[in-house]
Amino acid sequence: MTPAEIRDEILDILSKVAPDEDLSDLEDAKNFREQLELDSMDFLDIVLELKRRHRVIIPEEDYGNLASMASTVSYLEPKMRDIVKS
Amino acid sequence: MEEFDTIIIGAGMSGLAAGIRLAYFDQKVCILERHYTIGGLNSFYRLNHRDYDVGLHAVTNFVGKGAKKGPIAKLLRQLRFSWDDFQLRPQLGSAVVFPDVELNFSNDIELLKAEIASKFPTQRDRFDNLLKQLVDYDDLNDEMFALSTRKILQEIFTEPLLIEMLLCPLMWYGNARENDMDFGQFCIMFRSIYLEGFGRPFKGVRLILKHLVRKYRGLGGQLKLRSGVAKIITDGGQAVGVELDNGTQLKAKRILSSAGAVETMRLCEDTSESKVVQAGQLTFIESISVLDCQPKEIGFDKTIVFYNDSPTFYWSRPATELCDARTGVICSPNNYLYDATEGELQDGIIRLTTIADYDRWNALEEETYRREKLRWYDLSVASAVRFMPDFRRRVIETDVFTPKTIRRFTYHDNGAVYGAPKKQLDGRTHLKNLFLCGTDQGFVGIVGAIVSGISIANMHCLRTELS
Repeated sequence: MTPAEIRDEILDILSKVAPDEDLSDLEDAKNFREQLELDSMDFLDIVLELKRRHRVIIPEEDYGNLASMASTVSYLEPKMRDIVKS
Repeated sequence: MEEFDTIIIGAGMSGLAAGIRLAYFDQKVCILERHYTIGGLNSFYRLNHRDYDVGLHAVTNFVGKGAKKGPIAKLLRQLRFSWDDFQLRPQLGSAVVFPDVELNFSNDIELLKAEIASKFPTQRDRFDNLLKQLVDYDDLNDEMFALSTRKILQEIFTEPLLIEMLLCPLMWYGNARENDMDFGQFCIMFRSIYLEGFGRPFKGVRLILKHLVRKYRGLGGQLKLRSGVAKIITDGGQAVGVELDNGTQLKAKRILSSAGAVETMRLCEDTSESKVVQAGQLTFIESISVLDCQPKEIGFDKTIVFYNDSPTFYWSRPATELCDARTGVICSPNNYLYDATEGELQDGIIRLTTIADYDRWNALEEETYRREKLRWYDLSVASAVRFMPDFRRRVIETDVFTPKTIRRFTYHDNGAVYGAPKKQLDGRTHLKNLFLCGTDQGFVGIVGAIVSGISIANMHCLRTELS
């Protein structure tokens, strides 16, 4: 997956985890928490969805990398580079 | 032998919710239910061509469509439902009625504030203080949770009657402890009833159950009815599986049990290790009356009325009789704001809940049991009509369910409706892969039970799989 495809995938996951949020003007550099009503259960869901969809395992100590869209994509890029977008 | 990632004991709200979470995240899950139907405490039955609900008077924590905060928004997200699936309609309005004083409340806290200001003018600012002191569930620690609510309220208010009146609905809808209430539970119930409020789907509890079970099965979850667990098989401090009443054995990496704390301990092979946990004592009878008209036609338009016939509210098991009818809850499922397309419920229904004693009901011979059901229907209705229009001439059909019925649906000791007074908030047991969910873990009510199933599944079955 390219970084752009990973970004789309995260957006899709967010739309499942937080269906009532408007994601259209999400700013990549800003923290998710500042823009969306996400709690720790929602963050757990993002991690679980990545495992469910792509077998990507994110250890708890790495959760800090999921703060914003930009940091999430750059963290996931090496882990998801070889995944073919279906 | 068939092997599962997780076996869940009990197909009530908490078990189904946990099952959905686990099946969604690809676990191989099996829910085992002893009864022939799902729902546990919140179930339904059909009698003489009419549908009846057990449990559900109201779904608490009501929020409108699009709300992002609160337990209902959270559970819908976690279970991947949309708000429209549950079709919750708001209450018309409820009341706490004591001799000479009535406090009305609705899904807007301003009504209760205004009622207190007019009926207890000296307590108005004190009520505002209480609102400021309420603690969010997420911020509750164990020590705060167990504080005495009565003591805290006595420090805030100077009118004992107002304390009793505020406590009455909150204890009725979710207090497993007799006489007093854990402060944590008080904060949870206060928010769920006074700050958020009541709702109900037009089709009642069966709509919610239908969605839960359909989603669970659609995700590949297995559900076995008439499959009581005879024992939990253990090996060196771990659960390894279960044996059903018919002798079948199933293996599991872990087990979630909504059977109750004491009941689950009893199922474990190594019961000598079991901690002494007390089962709850509070249980009810419910007298159901079908009317030949809508309740509002006889002048009753309240959704729920909590009544008490003296200035002191007694919340304890009946001391000498089968029931204690001094206090009760009157609920009419007709009195919700249903959509125009839904219309009105076909029958006018008045449900009436009265505190009861399990042991005395359970000890009755069949013939006496039937007679006492009729006698207590009359006594509880006679008590209730002191606080609402007398509907007795309009009744065309009645039914009563008792603590024995509740025991049959839930299998909980004593037919305890809100579980054990002491909750196991982290869900842990003496076995490292056996966890509790449902009423004995923490939250009660439909919303509470679903949240319990979700959080225990997250904490002990999903997060652990990530490392």
